Amino acid sequence: MTTSLLDLPIGELAEGVKGGRFGAEELVEESLRRIEAGRELGAFLHVSAEAARRAARELDARRARGEALGPLAGVPVAVKDSLCTLDAPTTCASRILERAPGDGWRSPYDATAVARLRAADAVIIGKTNLDEFAMGSSTTTGAFGPALSPWDRTRVAGGSSGGSAVSVAAGLTPGALGSDTGGSVRQPAALSGVLGVKPSAGRVSRYGLVAFASSLDQIGPLARDARSAALLLEVIAGADPSDSTSARRPVGRYQAACDAEARGLRVGVPAEYFAEGLDPLVRASVEAALKGLEAAGMTLEPVALPHTRYGVATYYVLATAEASSNLARFDGVRFGRRDERPGDELSALYGRTRAAGFGAEVKRRILLGTYVLSAGYYDAYYVKAERARALIQQDFDRAFARVDVIATPASPTPAWRLDEHPDDPLAAYLADAYTLPASLAGLAGLSVPCEPTPASATRPALPVGLQLLAPAFAEERLFTVAAAWERLSPAPRRRPPEAGG
Amino acid sequence: MSLTREEVLRAARLARLELTEPEIARFIGELDRIVAYVGELAALDATSSALTARAAVDDAPLRDDAHRASLPHDAVLAAAPRAAGGAFAVPAFVEEP
Repeated sequence: MTTSLLDLPIGELAEGVKGGRFGAEELVEESLRRIEAGRELGAFLHVSAEAARRAARELDARRARGEALGPLAGVPVAVKDSLCTLDAPTTCASRILERAPGDGWRSPYDATAVARLRAADAVIIGKTNLDEFAMGSSTTTGAFGPALSPWDRTRVAGGSSGGSAVSVAAGLTPGALGSDTGGSVRQPAALSGVLGVKPSAGRVSRYGLVAFASSLDQIGPLARDARSAALLLEVIAGADPSDSTSARRPVGRYQAACDAEARGLRVGVPAEYFAEGLDPLVRASVEAALKGLEAAGMTLEPVALPHTRYGVATYYVLATAEASSNLARFDGVRFGRRDERPGDELSALYGRTRAAGFGAEVKRRILLGTYVLSAGYYDAYYVKAERARALIQQDFDRAFARVDVIATPASPTPAWRLDEHPDDPLAAYLADAYTLPASLAGLAGLSVPCEPTPASATRPALPVGLQLLAPAFAEERLFTVAAAWERLSPAPRRRPPEAGG
Repeated sequence: MSLTREEVLRAARLARLELTEPEIARFIGELDRIVAYVGELAALDATSSALTARAAVDDAPLRDDAHRASLPHDAVLAAAPRAAGGAFAVPAFVEEP
């Protein structure tokens, strides 16, 4: 792996541009060069080369004129292609948002998180690959091909924000935005060996994030280290009049939290997350990390989260119910593609467009969501799932009365091969078991790399993620523990064989 | 209980989703297994409490009722697959009773 400027933490990159040690244009050119070299990884659906170059030149000119630049001055950032952007198409990796092949929907506005990145003088370099409409855990359900792990190209990157995770893991960009509905930032971060944050429900405005499940969706940053992710979160977080579910709470000082004392913090360890189905090598890595935290002066305490076992069923009822409603807007009239034949009435236009535009996973979830909401089944599934969600929230409330954070594996297994369980949707859903409950409870969470699994004859070394959870709006604790772990262990600095280039 | 072809077709109709025969066959099997799995929620004793999931955000008061510019009309129509006469174009339709 070659080293380059882009391997610096994000804050140092911005300081370098502000101080004139290097130009925004240099950073953008290096990022574009790496994206091109890593094209086969499938991380990007669109690269905004010209817009990025223009933005970088403008930043360098502003600096030359003596203007003060923002906290992300010149930093190339990739954003998941479910976030609306003015200067690039937005497809959600779906044919339904394409008018014609290659002609993706052009949003008439920027998502608030994207606008805040631009206002902080970041450069939006392109749009990253995802599972179609963020529905999946492998970045394989999209219409434009999978994202591949830079640790082993025969394996998945995780998902749904797999393109963003690969972009950061392979060093194509120092940071990226993803979205996390049931683990879609934390899990690809874990499987790709980077740090990914799911902020609390209400922490980041979702205006301009194409909605999947509105009671669960959150936008979160991915980066190579805690302080870089903290800086990105400080920029994108905060109330927004365009999103009535964004909280009017002050944004935390997440970078400062990276320097706070972790000694004495109480770390809860739930037995439910170390049970059947956990890969023994993942378990060994996570348990070693827990011992490391203990040796650094934190205390480990067992906590009980007895309703964890309802997490998968609860999530797949509520998320699909909400998705079936949210995705009704893709009807051939207002965005993207339109499939109609002469003489079609409106309902035929809807049915035909949606049949041609949506892929199998999206159709499956729309059908399931419609079914659980339909007359005769609503009480049995949707109402029960709402109750189960409350019980899961109550489990966490009780646990957080005794501990400051909870630590678990982020995923029961490392990255699987692309040809494993392709035809078994239920098996794929069960793999999300460790990230779903925190989403249902609206908590803050992140995944930070712990030691990769050792290489064997059949499997190369693969990343493992330590998931940290904190009560809603207590993101600072996550950054304090993650940064302490980064000081303790070399694991978060391990890079895949294909990084750089 | 297993999921019937009629139930899948009813959901597809409600969701405005045309399905091919191979899709119908595939989804009956897949959805049947998923519905059986989520059916474990039925065993949950949630009757003893009046628990309901709290709203995701309890710190989000309504914003001021102030006028704001909306998106430019032309920009919105430009993103549509078809527009005519300053509006989204739809085929003629007659509502079924």
